[in-house]
Amino acid sequence: MKMYLNNIFADPERVQKLMDIAISSLRPLLEGTILYTIPLTLLSFLFGIILAVLTALARLSPSKLLQIIARVYVSAIRGTPLLVQLFILFFGLPTIGIIIDPFPAAIVGFSLNVGAYASEIIRAAILSIPKGQWEAAHTIGMNYSQTLKRIILPQAARVSIPPLSNTFISLVKDTSLASVILVTEMFRRAQQIASANYEFLLVYIEAALIYWVVCFILSIIQDRIEQRLDRYVAKR
Amino acid sequence: MISIKNLHKSFGDLEVLKGVDLEIDKGEVVVVIGPSGSGKTTLLRCLNLLEMPTSGSILLNGHLADFSKKVQKKDIDTFKRETGMVFQHYNLFPHKTALENVMEGPVIVKNIPKEKARKKAVNLLEKVGLGDKLDFYPFQLSGGQQQRVGIARALAMEPQVMLFDEPTSALDPELVGEVLQVMKDLANEGMTMVVVTHEMRFAQEAGNEVIFMDGGKIVERNKPSELFTNPKEERTRQFLNLLT
Repeated sequence: MKMYLNNIFADPERVQKLMDIAISSLRPLLEGTILYTIPLTLLSFLFGIILAVLTALARLSPSKLLQIIARVYVSAIRGTPLLVQLFILFFGLPTIGIIIDPFPAAIVGFSLNVGAYASEIIRAAILSIPKGQWEAAHTIGMNYSQTLKRIILPQAARVSIPPLSNTFISLVKDTSLASVILVTEMFRRAQQIASANYEFLLVYIEAALIYWVVCFILSIIQDRIEQRLDRYVAKR
Repeated sequence: MISIKNLHKSFGDLEVLKGVDLEIDKGEVVVVIGPSGSGKTTLLRCLNLLEMPTSGSILLNGHLADFSKKVQKKDIDTFKRETGMVFQHYNLFPHKTALENVMEGPVIVKNIPKEKARKKAVNLLEKVGLGDKLDFYPFQLSGGQQQRVGIARALAMEPQVMLFDEPTSALDPELVGEVLQVMKDLANEGMTMVVVTHEMRFAQEAGNEVIFMDGGKIVERNKPSELFTNPKEERTRQFLNLLT
C-alpha cells in the first residue's frame, strides 16, 4: 500500500495519467447516473410505494385472503436475495418464453423489493394513527377510502418519512446490482472503464463518490420534506 | 326524536349495556351521568353506531335500526348523518387548520362547493368564538379552543342530534367554562343533545332531563332539580354523595 502511494507521487507522469482518466471517466459515469441510476431509482421507488400502500392495506383488511396474499409476497421478497430475484427475472423467465429487457426487468425487480420492505413501514405508520382519527372522520360521514386518503395517509406519511428515506437510499445503492443484468447504469459503466484501463481503485472510488453525493443530496431533500410535513406538529 | 328499545351491547363476554330503554324528544337536552364503567359512553356511541349494538332497536328521527338483523350500510350512513359527535379528546385532524377541520365534512361528504362551505365554516367558528383562529393548526390552540372547533366541525354537517362524550373531561378547569357556554347556547337554540358529563352545574342549568346509569342500565331519570335534590334510588344518592 505504502509502496503504491509512493510510486504514484514519485512519478509526475503517472499522476497526470490518473488525473486524465479520472476526468475522462467522469462523463460516462455521470451519464450512467443520470440516464439509468436515477430513473431506475425514481421509477422503482414510485411503483414500489404504490405496491407498498396496497400491500399494507391488504394486511390491514378484514379479508383473510388478502392478508395471506400480502404476507406471502412480503415473506418471499424479504426471504430471498435481491440478486437472485433479478437473475430469475432476467435470466430465468426467458426459458419459459417471457423475455424482458434489462431496464424494465430491473424496474420490476426493484419495485417488488421496495414494495415488500416499505409495506411494513407503511403498515406500522397507519397503525400509529390514533383510532380517534378514524372515528372522528366516520362521525362526519366520511367513508373508508375518504378517511384513508384525506385523514390517515397524510398523517402516516409524516411518520414514515424517516424509515422510507432509509429504503430510498438503500435503493439508490442497490441499483448497482442491475449491472449484472446488463443495465448500463453507473456501476456497469465503471466496470467497463476499469476493465479497459485497469485502474480499478481509481474508477471504483470515483463510482463510490458519485453514489455518496447522490445519497447526500437525497438526505437534504428528506430534511426539507420532514420540515414541511412537521408544520402541523408542536415544535419540540 | 330518539326512541331506544331494550338496547344491549356486549364486548366479547363483557355485557356493557343490559337493556336500555330511552325516549328523547326533539329539542331536549339529556344529560347522562354515572360511575365509570356504567355504560354511558357506550350508550352514546351506540346512538351513532360507532359501536354496533348487540340487540334491541333505535328509532332516530324516523329511521329505524333493528339490531336483531344485520344493519345495512345505508342505515349506518343515515345514523352518522343525523348525528354529530364531540369527543373527550377532541380528535381534531392535526394536519388541517381549524377552518379545514370544519370544512372537511361539507366539502368531501356533502360535495358542497368550497367557497360556500368556507363561508359556513367561518360562520360556525365565529359562533363558537374562534373567528380569529381560522388558520391555526390544532397544536396552536388550547384544549378549550380545540374542543370548540370540534363542536363547529360536528355542527357543519347539520345534524339533528348532537352527542357529547365527556366534552370537558380532558380540559384544564379554567377552560371548561368556554366550552360549556357554547353548549348552553346550542341548547338554547333548540338543538337536541345527549351529553355524557360530570359537570353537574351544566346538567342543572342546561339539562331538561338527567339520566343516572349504573351497571349498564338506566337507574333513574328525572328533571335535574328533582334528581339532584331528591333522588329516588339509593344508588343515585350514593353516587351524588361521592361527588360533593
